[in-house]
Amino acid sequence: MKTINVIIAGLGGQGVIRASDILSKAVFQSGLQVKKSEIHGMSQRGGSVTSDIRFGSEVWSPMVPPGEADFLLVLAADQVEVNRGQLRAGGVLIAPDLVDPGALSNHKSHNVALLGALSAHLDIPESHWLQAIHSSFHEKLHAANDQAFSIGRRAARALQEVR
Amino acid sequence: MKTPDRQLLSGDAAIALAAKHGGVALGTGYPGTPSTEILESFSQIGGKAQWAPNEKVALEVGIGVAYAGARALVTMKHVGVNVAADPLFSVAYTGVVGALVVVSADDPGMASSQNEQDNRRYAVAAGVPMLEPADSQEAYDFTLAAIEISERWKIPVLLRVTTRVCHTQTQVRPRPAMTVPVPHFEHDLRGRNLIPPNARPAHKRLRQKLSEMLAWSETTPLNEIIPGKKTLGIITSGVCYMHAREAAPDASFLKLGFTHPLPMKKIGEFVRSVERCLVIEENDPYLADAIRAAGFAVESKPEIFRLGELNVDRVRRILVNDTSPEPLKPPGKPPQLCDGCSHRVVFEALRDLDCIVAGDIGCYALGVLPPFSAMDCCVCMGSSIGIGLGLRHVLPRDEAKRVVSVIGDSTFVHSGMTGLAEVIYNPPPTGHVVIILDNSTTAMTGHQEHPGTGRTLAHEPTGKIAYEDLAKAMGIERVQVIAIGKDPAEFTQLVRDSLASEQLVLIVARRPCVLVAKHLRAYEAKACAAAEVVAK
Repeated sequence: MKTINVIIAGLGGQGVIRASDILSKAVFQSGLQVKKSEIHGMSQRGGSVTSDIRFGSEVWSPMVPPGEADFLLVLAADQVEVNRGQLRAGGVLIAPDLVDPGALSNHKSHNVALLGALSAHLDIPESHWLQAIHSSFHEKLHAANDQAFSIGRRAARALQEVR
Repeated sequence: MKTPDRQLLSGDAAIALAAKHGGVALGTGYPGTPSTEILESFSQIGGKAQWAPNEKVALEVGIGVAYAGARALVTMKHVGVNVAADPLFSVAYTGVVGALVVVSADDPGMASSQNEQDNRRYAVAAGVPMLEPADSQEAYDFTLAAIEISERWKIPVLLRVTTRVCHTQTQVRPRPAMTVPVPHFEHDLRGRNLIPPNARPAHKRLRQKLSEMLAWSETTPLNEIIPGKKTLGIITSGVCYMHAREAAPDASFLKLGFTHPLPMKKIGEFVRSVERCLVIEENDPYLADAIRAAGFAVESKPEIFRLGELNVDRVRRILVNDTSPEPLKPPGKPPQLCDGCSHRVVFEALRDLDCIVAGDIGCYALGVLPPFSAMDCCVCMGSSIGIGLGLRHVLPRDEAKRVVSVIGDSTFVHSGMTGLAEVIYNPPPTGHVVIILDNSTTAMTGHQEHPGTGRTLAHEPTGKIAYEDLAKAMGIERVQVIAIGKDPAEFTQLVRDSLASEQLVLIVARRPCVLVAKHLRAYEAKACAAAEVVAK
């Protein structure tokens, strides 16, 4: 299987790392090789944060080569243009306005909602996604994140049908 | 609890897991990106882990553990090895009884560091063996190998990792746990007291060990040949192997995992077996220089690739010797001091008072950025005090009187106390003002405890250093503690008065980091509850 390249981008504190953790856990459970790489440290202080997730039957470099991302998931509107160059021709942008955080029972679940949108494009069983989400949050946050995931997944599916 | 047979772990977590399975009796170090999570993870999985005041003390504690026949893991970022270099060079001479594994987490590209020094040079300079893992599985395997090598040759081992190994999650399949030695002390007065008559034979013993390890490096599977086309051979180590394997999937590879002493015979045979041989490495041309010095014609990367980390695209450029300008990624948003951060108040005041600010390492280094632009230098841990004094000694009086040294709480404990001794011992004619920014945590690396917080690595209550008492005991004339509020007026007035006094002044500017305040309250409540139980 060809390696799938995903970049998740946003600002420190938005849940970029959490989202990439959930994605890599869901993929790892399905038995594939995964590499997930990001820069910690100063970037946590509200600055730009990106996380690279690559998966497939065999993955070498932990970083997505420039311009080779199949999917770019962005949590902050002002980080879309900064990262757009990472997307390959024909790659899919999952922009923050795809899901309105106001429509979620907890606006902090926006990262999980956009993962829901990403999930509509990937061949990973929904049960793996939900298991990864549940293992990443306290039990009292499960319902809100399940809802966010499902709203994002539906939004992406609706968009696919229009196209 | 049973260990799952397949786990997704960061390189840091993999080193911690290997330390657990390898029977490490004590893990110690000082926080520093990208090494910090090793000890945190080791503690979380039940290992005994503790933060030391700095890397030198950590290594010395590790040496004691290894002299006692137990296994020690000592972790630090690359610049931390500079601090620990003194004991490192000498313990290479004395050797150890148990295992001593020193992790140097290098940061090519300086994601969160003040330089991108290549610590592979330390292995050569100190005369210690070195391992370089390429992913989390190797971080796990090589940590166990480092324990074995350390015990076999009774020598400290350098485990050199980089940001992309530490902070990349990849699959790890763990192995059965090793048997654990029982600590026991044997006197060895001549072996471990490095007075010159003992140090001379100790150096000879070290060179003998290195010569044995050189022979071993020729055959160890840690140095692996991956056969491919004979038109191109690539010699590489660490994460660069991953980039190179992707950029040149058909090439022959010599992947070096044990990179000091280098297996020159094996390298020579590999070079002769291919038509074109290229060395792919980050930072300094450590491998290329050594291989060329041994008389083998290999290509090295163009000088521009010495700067910054490598990736698949840059390796592709190296392969075709492309030195054209690389495309620049649009600048992202730089980090900034958090809303509500007490450092904001401090730097507003220092800016408004037109101070000359000798700064230090920590979140507050962001005081250099607008709207503050109120930090004139930031060099290394603890440097603010000495540099501030130097400025005061020679600047004209009207400028000297505006110099302040600004240092964080964790940084002060790390290496500010000796600076304070210098303040007392060689005071400038205009006095000096030292400000400790006490936010009750090591904030920048992710909120680690330190001896000034009174809590251990695992956030349990322990002994606590009070800076104000320490400064008074050392002989500082004026010691002022101020709680930082939202209004900078009171703090500004205090600094103005302190500068005008021309005395030696230490100001402790105190307010917990906004990101950690909630946790601090929880730790304190827990400590109070525990104290009540004891009282009953």
